[in-house]
Parts: sequence; C-alpha cells; structure tokens
Amino acid sequence: MITVKNIFKVFDKTTILNNISASFKKGKTNLIIGQSGSGKTVLLKCLLGLHVPEKGEIFFGDESLIDMKEKQRRMLRQEMGIVFQGSALFDSMNVEENIMFPLKMFTNNNDEEILDRVNEVIKRVNLTNSNYKMPSELSGGMQKRVAIARAIVMNPKFLFCDEPNSGLDPKTSILIDNLIQEITKEYNITTVINTHDMNSVMEIGENIIFLQNGKKEWEGSNLDIFDTDNKPFIDFVYSSEILKKARKALKNSKADL
Amino acid sequence: MKVLINIGSYFLMLQKVFGKFTKWSVLRTLIFKDIEVLIIGSLGIVSVISFFVGGVVAIQTALNLSNPLIPRNLIGYATRQSVILEFAPTFMSIIMAGKVGSYITSSIGTMRVTEQIDALEVMGINTYNYLIFPKIIALLLYPFVITLSMFLGILGGYVASVTGGLCSSAIFIEGLQLDFNPFHIQYAFIKTTLFSFFLATVPAFHGYYLKGGALQVGKASTTSFVWTSVVIILANFIITQLILA
Repeated sequence: MITVKNIFKVFDKTTILNNISASFKKGKTNLIIGQSGSGKTVLLKCLLGLHVPEKGEIFFGDESLIDMKEKQRRMLRQEMGIVFQGSALFDSMNVEENIMFPLKMFTNNNDEEILDRVNEVIKRVNLTNSNYKMPSELSGGMQKRVAIARAIVMNPKFLFCDEPNSGLDPKTSILIDNLIQEITKEYNITTVINTHDMNSVMEIGENIIFLQNGKKEWEGSNLDIFDTDNKPFIDFVYSSEILKKARKALKNSKADL
Repeated sequence: MKVLINIGSYFLMLQKVFGKFTKWSVLRTLIFKDIEVLIIGSLGIVSVISFFVGGVVAIQTALNLSNPLIPRNLIGYATRQSVILEFAPTFMSIIMAGKVGSYITSSIGTMRVTEQIDALEVMGINTYNYLIFPKIIALLLYPFVITLSMFLGILGGYVASVTGGLCSSAIFIEGLQLDFNPFHIQYAFIKTTLFSFFLATVPAFHGYYLKGGALQVGKASTTSFVWTSVVIILANFIITQLILA
C-alpha cells in the first residue's frame, strides 16, 4: 500500500499539488483522474521519486520515500514497474531485449533463466511471435504490452501506469485496462494508473482519486460514480450534454423505483 | 549567467558519470556498441577527408615555393608538420564534433524526450553512468583514429606531390624525415585524448539536459556542435601554450 499525506508541490511559484492525501491500496487498481493540468502526472512522478514534494509524506508500506537514503530508494525502485505514456521502450533493443533489460541489470540469473522468465511474461501479455521485432515495428497496443511485460518481469510490488491508453482505440484500450487489472489481482500488487479516459474509470476504477487544480476533489470507486453529488466531479465525468441528460434520466428512474 | 549555470551543471554531470557504476556485463556491451558506432563508424569519413586534405596541403605548399632557393623537400616537411600538429588532432576533432557529437546529442536527447531516460531512472539506474561513461571509454580509442588520419594525410600529400610532379618520391620522404621531433607526436596525442573527452561529454550534456520535443533535439545537436568546437579550439590554445610555447 502507498500512502500520501498532505503533499504540496510548487513549480515556479505555482502550486501544482495542494495538500493531497490519499491511499493506494494493494491488490486494487487505483486511478488518479482529472483534466489535463490537474496535477495527475506530477503526483505520479512524486510517487516515483522523480519529483520531491515541498511538504508532506509519501509512505511505501511503513517506509517514508522522502526520508529514504539513495541506496534504499534504488532498492525500492527495483520493486516498481512503470508503464510510461509513450511506452518508453528502448529504441536500440528488440522486444526480447527490452523485457530482459531489468533482469540483466539487477539479477545474477543465467541467460537460460532470463529467457525463460522473458518468455513467461511475453505469454502473459499475449505477445507471441514478436520477440525479435524492434519497437518501431510494433503497433501502439503491442508497444503497451511490451511496456507492461517489462514492468512486471521483475515481479514488482508496485505498478505505475501513466496514461496507458493514450493513443489507443477504445477496444484496445479496454484490452490493456483489463490486462493491467488481471495482473494486479494475479500478482497482488499496488497498481496506480494515471488517466483521463472515462472507459478506464468505469471499467477498472476500484479506487479513484479525482484531482482538480491540484486539489483532491473526490475519492471513491466506479460503483460510487452514479451516486455522487460532488459538482466538479460530475462536471468532469458528465462533460457532454448527452451524458448529463442520461444521468438525470437514470436518477429519475431510480427515484420512480 | 546561463553559461555559468551550464558550466556548473556540466561539472556536476561529470561527477555523477563517475558515481554509482552500472553492472559490468551491461556496461561492456554498451562500450563495444559505442566503439562500433563512434570509432569504427567514423573511419570512412576520417580516411577520405584526411587523404584529400593532406593532398591539398602538399599542393598548396608546392605552389607557394616559387623561390628556387627554397628546397622542394619543404613540401614533405610542411605536410608532415601541418597534418601532425594541427590538421589531424584539431581539425579532425572539429569534424568529429559534427559527426560523433551530433549523434551523441540526438541519441541521448531522443531518449530524453521519449521518456526512456525516465524509465531507466525509475529502475534505479545511474543514467549518467549508463549513458555517458561507455562513450567516454569508447572514445579513448579516438587517438587511433587520429593516427590513421595522420598516416593518410601524409600519404595523400605524398601521392599528390609525386603523381602531380611537384617533387620526387625521394625528396618528399627526405622532407618527411627532416628535423623530426618525436615530441610533436606526443603533443598531438595528449591533445587528442583531451579532445576525445570533450567529444563524449559536451554533446552528452546537451542531449541529457534537453527539454522539449523533436525540434529541440535538432536544435540541441546544432548547439552541441558549436559548443564542442569552441571548447576544442580553446583547449587547443591552452594546451599549445602549456606544452609548446
């Protein structure tokens, strides 16, 4: 579990994160949602240790990320898997090399053991017959699968995904979302997903944190979405008139019942 | 002010390059890859340029020897001195700042804009060491490139002189051997080794700290070429003052 307590982050005198507190639960898909510029990516980068908040605490289990020494932080990072928005696959390496990279870097396994593990995760993300393809030869969805495979190859305790659906068609988006959720359950890991895709929110949002202008405006699950009266959240979720009407009709039908 | 900040950041970057080391088996692969791209990949262009510039130096020297009292062996002598002292170590390094330097800036810069460096960082890898150290080690072989450049430059001068009828083979070789000071070779290699360090680190600095997108990668490559050339020229002046003056 990851716990964030009262964190503030300021860039060029502008407060990007304003007193955020939240818990990201183990074995669940935790979503950070909000409009562009709401502070989602900054919060994710704070969790990853790429940004240091001006105030507040971030706990991985019982250990404070901010108080950690560099060596401890490196050890923790080896327990993290990350799927970046643009996949961030290494251009100079093929699929297999990309996935085996963390194993070669951080384990003393022999080549055979490494290859076995790589093939296992390749199979897990349904990416067969692509071992020797270069990232440029893959579709967006396949690149995401490689990125997920690379993220889970070390059996991480924490999985972070920055907009895993960006640039994907709705059908592939749902497949990727479901894959992430299945992996979260299977490995019993803490997954944090940064997104503004409402399909993801509805599909896999077990613990949702909604940010607006750097503040946490709402927290709940996909099951709570229809019942909330939080105005900023409603405005975000039901951004189109059609959706607003649909919500109203749903509420009325519930009242009639 | 910005220049001072950049100079400070450059030295801080160097400190981190020699910080936590990447696993040797991974580093070794990267070093060999960089040797292939940066050193072996440059041999063709270095050979062509050296041979023909050596030839031009010899022809121009011969054209300026209108006085019959000046011996013709001066063609070989001038070609040797120009190539060994200045052309091969310094001007070839400036050409390499364009070829090798822009490759380093654009490859590291592209990794920056596509979040590949962030991905490495989050894995707990010292990205400075992982990305820059192999290039520094690979470019330690750069003096061998310059040795080839010296040889081909002089050969180009010889071929141009003999086939062009500027002087005989024996006279050119006599000029080559005239008043030879082996310390000049030592001086050339001292500066070449220092330039190789700048060729690896200055472009890497511009790539690593790049902000923006594809357009900025192009701009950074140009800026890195300019700054690498400036640093090489300044270092050349200082070393020459310290060693030869």
